[in-house]
Amino acid sequence: MEFDLSEADLAFRRDKRAWIRANLPADIAERGRRGFHATRSDVEIWTRLLNAQGWAAPAWPAEYGGTAWTPLQRYLFQLELRAAGAPVQDQSAMELVGPVLYTFGSDAQKRAYLPKILNAETFWCQGFSEPNAGSDLASLRTRAVLDGDCYVVTGQKTWTSDAQRADMMFALVRTDPEARPQAGISFLLIDMQAPGVRVRPIYTIDEGRSVNEVFLDDVRVPCKNLVGEANKGWSYAKFLLTNERAMSAETAHTRADLSSLKRFAAEKLADPLFAAKVSRLEIDLMALEYAVLRVISAEAAAQDAVASVLKLRGAELRQRVAELAVEALGAAGLAVNPDPTGHDATDHPAPRPPVPAYAHGWLARAMFRRATTIYGGSNEIQRNIIAKAVLGL
Amino acid sequence: MDFDFSDVQQSLQDSVKRFCEREYPFEKRQALLRTEAGFDRAHWATFAELGWLGAGLAEEVGGFGGGPIENAIILEQLARALVVAPFLSSAVIATQAIARLALPEQRDKLLSPLLDGTSIAALAHGETAQHAFAPDLAAKATKTKAGYRLDGRKVFVLGGQAADVFLVSARDGAGESLFAVPAHTPGVERVNYHAVDGRRVSDLTLRGVEVEASALIGAGGDAADAIDYALDYGVIGLCAEAVGAMDAALWITRDYLKTRKQFGVTLNTFQALQHRMADMLVETELARSMLYRGIAALALENVLERRRGVSAAKAQIGEAGFFVGAQAVQLHGGIGVTEEYIVGHYLKRLALVRGLFGSSDQHLARFAECAAGRNEEEAAGLRDFRPAPGLRRRRTRRR
Ligand SMILES: Cc1cc2nc3c(=O)[nH]c(=O)nc-3n(C[C@H](O)[C@H](O)[C@H](O)COP(=O)(O)OP(=O)(O)OC[C@H]3O[C@@H](n4cnc5c(N)ncnc54)[C@H](O)[C@@H]3O)c2cc1C
Repeated sequence: MEFDLSEADLAFRRDKRAWIRANLPADIAERGRRGFHATRSDVEIWTRLLNAQGWAAPAWPAEYGGTAWTPLQRYLFQLELRAAGAPVQDQSAMELVGPVLYTFGSDAQKRAYLPKILNAETFWCQGFSEPNAGSDLASLRTRAVLDGDCYVVTGQKTWTSDAQRADMMFALVRTDPEARPQAGISFLLIDMQAPGVRVRPIYTIDEGRSVNEVFLDDVRVPCKNLVGEANKGWSYAKFLLTNERAMSAETAHTRADLSSLKRFAAEKLADPLFAAKVSRLEIDLMALEYAVLRVISAEAAAQDAVASVLKLRGAELRQRVAELAVEALGAAGLAVNPDPTGHDATDHPAPRPPVPAYAHGWLARAMFRRATTIYGGSNEIQRNIIAKAVLGL
Repeated sequence: MDFDFSDVQQSLQDSVKRFCEREYPFEKRQALLRTEAGFDRAHWATFAELGWLGAGLAEEVGGFGGGPIENAIILEQLARALVVAPFLSSAVIATQAIARLALPEQRDKLLSPLLDGTSIAALAHGETAQHAFAPDLAAKATKTKAGYRLDGRKVFVLGGQAADVFLVSARDGAGESLFAVPAHTPGVERVNYHAVDGRRVSDLTLRGVEVEASALIGAGGDAADAIDYALDYGVIGLCAEAVGAMDAALWITRDYLKTRKQFGVTLNTFQALQHRMADMLVETELARSMLYRGIAALALENVLERRRGVSAAKAQIGEAGFFVGAQAVQLHGGIGVTEEYIVGHYLKRLALVRGLFGSSDQHLARFAECAAGRNEEEAAGLRDFRPAPGLRRRRTRRR
């Protein structure tokens, strides 16, 4: 056992910190720190700067444009990105569909999509959930029927994050209605500009817009957009959802949030009751950070047991840090404070309140993050997984 | 970073496991606890033979080159078997206090009887039931012709009943000093009793206790930091015990749910119970993660950073441990609260961990105090996990 960072890792971290500070445009960092969903143009600019260094998707294999960094180095990079206020990149592309494509996709698909993901030329969204298929995802009903060299897709997706800015959607569709639910599902890549695709916003309790309904009416999707084999989509989805769970501890986000909370609430920390709450949160975060490190340093015993813990607790901590920030802000924390760029706001934004700049975005975060324990497998579903897969109950 | 055991660490763990299986099955333990000593001195000789008593001590001071990880490995396994022996009090806390404080010429004389098992030591420091850290000592040392006279009261001296020698802290002029006082020195009155988990503890009254000048450990007046350090070491040892007890209680409960039938089905089919078990697993794994974080903190040279990391571990693991212990009892139903069944004894061990050496709230407050005025920018994330250079060298040389 060795709980120490090597000199090489410390140097790596210093280098990356210096590079990010020198290259992240100040206005983008400023918007990033406010915590609203990033605009497409901010993500484009930043992803392209990273891509020029070969760092746009560090976790990808080097042959597809990733890095040879260790998992620990990737985690250090994440910490630095979040601490600097860098915009969150297109996670649907980088972390979800990208790995599916380089693992199961055809050569043509890899050539067509991967470089454009790395350079933020194509943005993606995830079309899994449907009105009647949430936690029970395998009950999804969107149909895809083969017609010549196309699938004809009809149905409805919902909760689709970032569909409003996406060029492509990766979707689960039912190609064999007779088979067992999991056995009749395929994984399709759908052009959001194709005739028959319609996106309708869903406004959320943060008074923002990041999720949508996506209606699919006789959308013709070329067969070359099928990933892997027909009716094997569920296994690709499971691969993807496992990746989603592993990244979902989001400790780098919570760490950055906690740091800014402690900065703006420095005076309030003199109140021992409030300081105790912040300390309690920080201690829980420290434990989770070490749990993450156990998983990424590939401690043998940690793999099963700890991986399933990360999503559950990570999601709760993201909520708690935002709630504490709102509490610390007092009345300013209760003032509706829409995204000043307008990008992440509804079509009926509230007026901007006269509150200090550091108050921006916290209320929205506290509200939106009620979703962290719902999406990506709700916390109840995570407990089911732990009970079955880890405890064998 | 590497969270896997080295071969040496793995064989240490195996050897503790083998001892526990052979010598400490639950029934035998219960019988042992009913004896007056509550502990078998022959076990102590075995600990010495197997090298456990010096496992956490650097080679420079006569140990086997290990550190807090080795102690944690031993304590975790001992706690799984609910072993009641003064390991934490003598082999960890007292040993670390001496190693930290003793002058080079004092060290060997004080440590070798502890390492070879011929003597058991206990730190006698706390003076009230409420004290947590750095109590304002009332016990005092007065210089005499031959040495010192000690007067004072010490409460809840862990491992006090088995101790051959007490390490007594006392105010000595402007500072605090630590004295090695043989247990049978005239004027030392010892009242033994049981802690919640069966551990033997003592209250001491010292009235005009005369000791030679050589009883003083260190140079005099300089003991406060070493005691603080040894207690931090003890806190992390407690945390390791908690993790062992939590893990054992978790899996015993899991097995019980798979066999106990009510309403015509085994209990594991009820989702409410599955989710409770999932929460217990979450707490156990996070406690283990935090134990590692705490071990890393022990090696930090910066005292505030060390205390902060140790208190974080104690506050988190104390509460998590009690939760897991209490839920393990709950999920067993009535059998869980009986003396004859094992699971309630894990709860007792976890209750001790939560309350000893400072409550969760006291550690939370200490954490907050240490955090005040810290350079967040520098400390955020992983920067503060670097141990002191001296300790780094020692640890790598062992490999
Ligand atoms: C902000 C946001 C963004 C999202 N983004 C996307 C996206 O980009 N793409 C996408 O495909 N989906 C997305 N989702 C959808 C998300 O994955 C689903 O909301 C989630 O799977 C839960 O489904 P549901 O909302 O239908 O709730 P339901 O499944 O109806 O669950 C309702 C409640 O019942 C509980 N429950 C359900 N089943 C069980 C069970 N077996 N045992 C115990 N409790 C149970 C749940 O935990 C929950 O508390 C997003 C959701 C949100 C809120």
